[in-house]
Formats: sequence, structure tokens, C-alpha cells
Amino acid sequence: LGLGLTASPLRAAGLEPNSFEDITSYNNYYEFGTGKDDPARYADQLTTDPWTIKIDGLVEKPGDYALSDLVPQMTIEERIYRFRCVEAWSMVVPWNGFELADLLELVGVKSGAKYVAFETVLRPEEMPGTRFPVLDWPYREGLRLDEARHPLTLLATGIYGKPMPNQNGAPIRLVVPWKYGFKYAKSISRITLTDQEPPTSWNMANAREYGFYSNVNPEVAHPRWSQATERRIGGGLFAKREPTLMFNGYDEVASLYQGMDLRKNF
Amino acid sequence: MIDVVNRSVRAIPNWVLYVAGAVPVIWLYVLGFQNALGADPVDAIERNLGLWALWLLIAGLCITPLQRLTPLRLIKLRRPIGVVAFFYVLVHFLTWLVLDVQIPSQIVADIIKRPYVTVGMAALLLLLPLAVTSNNWSIRKMGARWRTVHKLVYPAVLLAGLHMVMQAKGFQLEPLVYLAAIAFLVAMRWMPLSSFRQAFVKR
Repeated sequence: LGLGLTASPLRAAGLEPNSFEDITSYNNYYEFGTGKDDPARYADQLTTDPWTIKIDGLVEKPGDYALSDLVPQMTIEERIYRFRCVEAWSMVVPWNGFELADLLELVGVKSGAKYVAFETVLRPEEMPGTRFPVLDWPYREGLRLDEARHPLTLLATGIYGKPMPNQNGAPIRLVVPWKYGFKYAKSISRITLTDQEPPTSWNMANAREYGFYSNVNPEVAHPRWSQATERRIGGGLFAKREPTLMFNGYDEVASLYQGMDLRKNF
Repeated sequence: MIDVVNRSVRAIPNWVLYVAGAVPVIWLYVLGFQNALGADPVDAIERNLGLWALWLLIAGLCITPLQRLTPLRLIKLRRPIGVVAFFYVLVHFLTWLVLDVQIPSQIVADIIKRPYVTVGMAALLLLLPLAVTSNNWSIRKMGARWRTVHKLVYPAVLLAGLHMVMQAKGFQLEPLVYLAAIAFLVAMRWMPLSSFRQAFVKR
């Protein structure tokens, strides 16, 4: 009975999480290959312990931060978020992680900083997909400082209360639920505060298709597919398409973009 | 050895080839119904059927060069391969239409506005008359025109390869290898065969 009580409001909000199996078997992580099953097959080669994140740029306390020192200082929460891929499929993921804002607080952001850049680790010997230039490695992503500080933005270290599986971006990855999934930099090895919009991998590869902001927006089509609707993973062969929500349903971020033309800044 | 191959190929009844060609599609759908195709069965079916169709189309393009350059005589397989390939293309398309896009207005918009869909659709339409006329009655009825019409397979397979390339995100090798192989097999039709034979003999 108790389970039913907690599950039904979630279901009503369309927030019934996908199975651990779905979340960990269907991934885009091109460092391990371009197939959806490649990450689950090859990501176990990645050494995730010990792990350090280089934090540099416009910060008060730059340095190499050991994850084992960093995480205990943070408040780990569970956040059940919708996840919308730019390929027009979606899932619901119960992340465990802490707010990026708290880490930024800890390292101290200097006054000139306007953007946060993220870099995924690059280890060709452990990441077979990086032996071919599918993208200009290492994988780079970025957020505006106010986006990075938004309380919805997480650095996730787990799923379903378990340590982050390698195929999902172990040991630590970005989660920005109102943006397309490719913004969620995985296996982060470097965070840089800058005063300029940082280059981002997919934008570098194809600027016409991928903008810096990449907010989920049903009204702005990707040149190769419509973004108006999405297919929920886990519904089997006959899952009905569902309408995609502006900002993936996280309307509270709308104020960040007041006065901006989101067709231009896609 | 080659004689044995040639003779056994000739001995296979056509219906066996058609049934064998249909089994993987049925099997794929059986797995789909049982939820045994991973997290996204629709994507898995689309991808597999598209890839298998491309393999079959490429196999079909190989038959004539093999006949010209080697003692292999596989011409009997060409029609079944072609017809089965079309069946895969058709089910691939219907899967996309019914299970993936679902919404009629969006289907039309996708065919017009999304170049990779337009290209795939064009390949399907080019293959349609070939599938319809892949029978002895049509060959008799159409005479010399039959050969001309069936040259549509060249642009169709090129478009199918392009359809795969246009879907790749980032810079991916595999689709480009497929397209290059298709372009080579098509280009062979206009290359003087003597140069190929010499190359084989010299080695």
C-alpha cells in the first residue's frame, strides 16, 4: 500500500522512473562507440577510482580535487528528473547527486566569471570510441553561470542509490534536466570558470544542428527530426508518442531566458 | 568446388529462399512482442531492417560482377535477393510510419522536411517498380525495357547508402564505408571489365 501511495502521484506527473536496466543499457556515450549498446559493452574498461577533477579558471581556489575528498563535503540528494534526448526519445531517471551550485560555492567563483566549461576525461586506451574522430575529443560542454547555479542543476554520482554506472558517466556527470541529454557532460575531469562562452563538442561538430543552449523546445525542430513529440523508452513496441514540454516541463527556468529569442539561441 | 556451389545454388527451390528471407523479419517482431529487443524495440527493428536491407541490396549488386570475374554462377539468387531486400525496405518503412512517427501530419512533414527521410523515401519509390516487375511474366511482357527499368536499382541503392550516411551523428566511418562500397559496385558497371580481369590474373 505504501508503495502505491508514493508511486501514484509520480505516475500522475509522468515521473515513474525507467528501470535500472533501461537506464544502463540504452546510452549515448560516443567515447565508447556510437551504438546505443556500446557503452554498456565497453565502458567497464574505464578506471573511475581514484578520480580527480581539475577546477581552474576564474575561481578562488583552483586545484585538482580528489572526488573522494569532495563528495563527503556535499549533500547528496535523490532527484527524479525527466531526461529528454535530442534524438526525440525520453526516460525518467532517479539521479543521486549534489547541486553544482554547492561545488561552485566551495571553490569560490571570481566576479568576472560568466560561464562554466566541462570536459570529459579522454583516455583512448580505455575508450575505444575515441580512436576515431567522431567528435573533436575531449568531449566539451558548457553552461552559463546562472544555469550552472540553478538549483535544478546537479553533479550526479549515482542512479537508483547505486554508484554511477560507467556507461552513464561514472564517477560524476552533469545533469541539467531542462536541456537535451548531450549537454550532460559525463565522466567529468575538468571544470573551468571563464568569462567567455566555451566551445562545446556538438556545436563544433555541427553548429546548424546544435546550439550552445540546447534547451528542450518543442517549437524549434532539429534539422533532422521534429522535436514536437517524444517516445518514452520502456513502453515497448506500441508506446504512444507524447508531446514534448517546453524546457522539458521545468518551467521554473524560463526566467533565465527572459528577453532572449530562443529560436536564435537554440 | 565452384561447380558444386553453382550446382547446389541452382538446386535450391525459389520458395525456400523467400521463406528463409522472411524468417528474420518475423523473428525480429516476435522478439519485439516479447520485449526482448532492449530498451527501445522500435529503434532496434528499424535499425536492423534498414541494415539488412542494405546488405541484401549490396549482395544483389555483387552477383553480376562475380559472374563476370569468377566462375561463380549465382544469377539465380538475384531475383530472390532483390525481392526480399524490397520486403525489408517496406517493413522498415512501415515500422517507422506506424510504430515510430505515428502521427499522420508529422509523417508527411518528415518526408518533405527531413532530407534523410526524403532520400530514404525516394529509394523506396525507385525500388517499387522493380519489385512489382520481378517475375517472368513482366520480363516477357516488357522485353528490352525491363533491363532499362531495372537499372533503377543503381540510384536506389546509392540513395539507400546516402540515407544511412545522413543519419549518422558526428563523423562516423561505418556509413561512409557502406556508401563507398555501393559507389564502387555501381561504378563497376561502367568500367571496362578487361582491366579487372588483368588485375586478377597478374596477382
